[in-house]
Amino acid sequence: MTEDQHIDIQNIPQLTREDFVSDQMVKWCPGCGDHAILKSMEKVFPQMGVRKEDFVVVSGIGCSSRFPYYMNTYGIHGIHGRAAAIASGVKIANPNLSVWMITGDGDSMAIGGNHFIHVVRRNIDISILLFNNKIYGLTKGQYSPTTPKGSITKTSPQGSFEEPFNPGELIIGAQGKFFARVVDTNPKMMTDILVESAKHKGTSVVEILQNCVIFNNKVHNLVTAKETKDDNQLILEAGKPMIYGAENNKGIVLKGTRLETVVIGENGITEADLLVHDPANPDPGIHVMLSKMQVPEFPMALGIIRAVKTDTYEDLMTKSISFAKQNSPIKCVDDLLMSGSTWEI
Amino acid sequence: MMDNTKKNPIVELDNVVLRFAGDSGDGMQLTGALFSDSAAFAGNDFATFPDYPAEIRAPQGTVAGVSGFQIHFGHTNIHTSGDLADVLVAMNPASLKATLKWTKPSATIIVDTDTFIDKGFEKAGYAGNPLEDNSLDGYNVIKAPISMLTKKAVEELDLDNKVALKSKNMFALGIVLYLFNRELEKTNEYFERKFKKNPVIVEANKRVLRAGFNFAENIEAISQTYNVQPAILEKGTYRNITGNVATAWGFLAAAEKSGLQLFLGSYPITPATEILQELTKHKELGAKAFQAEDEIAGICSSIGASYTGSLALTTTSGPGLSLKSEAIGLAVMTELPIVIVDVQRGGPSTGLPTKSEQSDLYQALFGRNGEAPVIVIAAITSEDCFYSAFEASKLAVEHMTPVILLTDGALANGSEVFRIPKMAQMPIITPPIAKANDPLYKPYLRNEDKLSRQWAVPGTEGLRHRIGGLEKENGSGNVSHDPMNHQIMTQIREEKVKRVANFIPEQKVIGAEEGDVLVVSWGGTYGVMLTAVEKLLADGHTISMAHFKYINPLPKNTEEILKKFKKILVCELNNGQFVNYLRMKFPAYNYQQYNKVQGLPFMVSELEEKFISILNDQKS
Repeated sequence: MTEDQHIDIQNIPQLTREDFVSDQMVKWCPGCGDHAILKSMEKVFPQMGVRKEDFVVVSGIGCSSRFPYYMNTYGIHGIHGRAAAIASGVKIANPNLSVWMITGDGDSMAIGGNHFIHVVRRNIDISILLFNNKIYGLTKGQYSPTTPKGSITKTSPQGSFEEPFNPGELIIGAQGKFFARVVDTNPKMMTDILVESAKHKGTSVVEILQNCVIFNNKVHNLVTAKETKDDNQLILEAGKPMIYGAENNKGIVLKGTRLETVVIGENGITEADLLVHDPANPDPGIHVMLSKMQVPEFPMALGIIRAVKTDTYEDLMTKSISFAKQNSPIKCVDDLLMSGSTWEI
Repeated sequence: MMDNTKKNPIVELDNVVLRFAGDSGDGMQLTGALFSDSAAFAGNDFATFPDYPAEIRAPQGTVAGVSGFQIHFGHTNIHTSGDLADVLVAMNPASLKATLKWTKPSATIIVDTDTFIDKGFEKAGYAGNPLEDNSLDGYNVIKAPISMLTKKAVEELDLDNKVALKSKNMFALGIVLYLFNRELEKTNEYFERKFKKNPVIVEANKRVLRAGFNFAENIEAISQTYNVQPAILEKGTYRNITGNVATAWGFLAAAEKSGLQLFLGSYPITPATEILQELTKHKELGAKAFQAEDEIAGICSSIGASYTGSLALTTTSGPGLSLKSEAIGLAVMTELPIVIVDVQRGGPSTGLPTKSEQSDLYQALFGRNGEAPVIVIAAITSEDCFYSAFEASKLAVEHMTPVILLTDGALANGSEVFRIPKMAQMPIITPPIAKANDPLYKPYLRNEDKLSRQWAVPGTEGLRHRIGGLEKENGSGNVSHDPMNHQIMTQIREEKVKRVANFIPEQKVIGAEEGDVLVVSWGGTYGVMLTAVEKLLADGHTISMAHFKYINPLPKNTEEILKKFKKILVCELNNGQFVNYLRMKFPAYNYQQYNKVQGLPFMVSELEEKFISILNDQKS
């Protein structure tokens, strides 16, 4: 209905956090990482240059999926795993909308795995926030597809037998064009990256390492704790060498076919030897390696790991519809009914 | 042009059943479609029934690989694709073996004798040559060396053997066109269109078609030809249409009439796939067809599109409907309009993918968690698929509820003569779109007569709201776990669907309004039921018929009808789903049932026989 509506960005009133705060009581556990994400989103939306009526927040099922109720926008709280499919329908039907999908490691890596990989593959312009707490929270503590092998949970009392997914690897394997990773303990960075992810034309996925205070407390502690974070976080920036560490003297190099950590000044290593981050490189090789880096062997890569531009599904569909409209002799259903072979009686 | 030097006398016939049968690679569906075009051109009324195996190319020459196409055409009104064939074309022994039982004892059978060799008998499971063991006594068998003559006809064109033999179906068509005094012109025009880029193939097909025609003219086995006069149909413009195409077009019509964008989310499944294909073909009308990754994504994308204000649908068959159950519940809870088309096939599980059945009725009515009523309607003919799709859309958007539209494989693939409607005469569709900045808007406030909520579309100022699968507070639409609220909302959802009965036509009865025997049926069996009942009425029997299109809710006068008959016989292509539904709704009446679950339509003859036995019981 609003396909032909053009929005005059100049005339969008300056929006603030208050425009998006809902009147519903937020029912996440005290100390849950989700609160930080919600606060961040309330800062992101006013910055987008989008009318407040043009946001649609879609979710599936799980703790994270209560999110739409807590944002004063249009929104759908869907069914388990299907947020990607619902959001795809919203965006394809009306490409003018700014569509956000909130999901978790259970919702999108397990029951909704199929929809998740296909929305990414199709490159529909949806901003996906993947809350990864590596546990099923809403059902109270069973292992998820991102739970590390050997973890003791309610359904793996002897330790889980399963190899976990690494979301970044899965997304890039599914032809993903935008993947970023942030932590729930750095709201400033989260806000900046979410804004970038939304500006990217195409499916963007931001994995948020989020803490479940009740069932998987401190699962990301090595990455997020004050004492260890500087040595365990590699914050990527386009065009900058990959340097990290409390003393800013560690770096990442490519040695042969794999990444290695080095110390600047040791063994003749200088800053010039370090890899320079290129998120726009269509070849996903380094991006996959960066996504796979795990503490303690490596620092955890944060920031925008991959951001490659290509056509979106809905743009191609819109183009093909306009082409057909211009070139077909059929202009209305009466024409269609009379097309081809007909006869009079 | 017609050949005026014809030596054979012409016999006038009211209606004829013609069946083409061959290997699934022999092009029988195309041959049938081309004959249908010629029937249309001659002004006949007709109905067709393609009958093909689930495998694209089952082992050549075997009974499993036989593909058939039946057309019933006539000077009289035609409601079915016919019981038994008057004329059978059998391209090989397997097709003879598979279809002889569907052929009248006195039928004309045209066979390709070149395939009647030992290898062919063995593959078909014949002990010897059926053309020589007297098993075809009583039939008029036309033995034609079709393969050989086809090759001969295109000799000069220098085609390789394989390519040359591809057009042997056109030789068979040529024979049949002669038999029914039809022109070759229309078929030749088709070749020119179809093989525009390959003039040699156009020429080959033309020559083979003509060769078949000439062959028929010259052989002694054809001592007379037949003429079927144009049918007496209502004035208008007509076309041939299959149920699936009619369904797709009905939705396009509803989108245009309502001013809504059409969105289809669908995953390919036999026998529903053509609806998706047809809508992807008509982008010029602005329809968005999304081929989803699975059945669930098909409906969920459709729910997303519906939320944004599109006329949204999903198309599937029985197994897909099972997968969509949870999402239909979401549409019930969010009270968003979507149409779910189930082109029924034989079940359970993968069942009989290419065969037709009416066994998804329970699933459509009851197959969801919780109390989740939806509107269920069933198309009654291939042509009616157009009107049913239109009406399903109208009911969905005006009542803000999911609608399940049941068709079936026979309607979907079968074709019929379709009198083309004018869009100006189609009913108006009025979606209850909420107005921007309406200070009184609340997501779950309802209109009085329909109990439908308003449709607040993203992008509209002042109407931001959230909906979802959790129970809604009456009015506000906020999440609510309140016990009394849940009871109220459950009743409202039930009542909302019940009230649809005020917006659909009353049930009609064919025959007397009251009497001893009422035969009842629903959905795709209309044509065959009507034919059987009309025959009995013409023979002086007293019998009445009620054929249902509106299943949930039933028309308001349903019980009024049922109570006026001593016996009610419910006929359906399942194990008794509609009859049990009636028993549940109206337990006071005496129901009998007649069921067939063979993946095949009813035959007029078997219905007649059953009806007569019931009438006789009633008398005695």
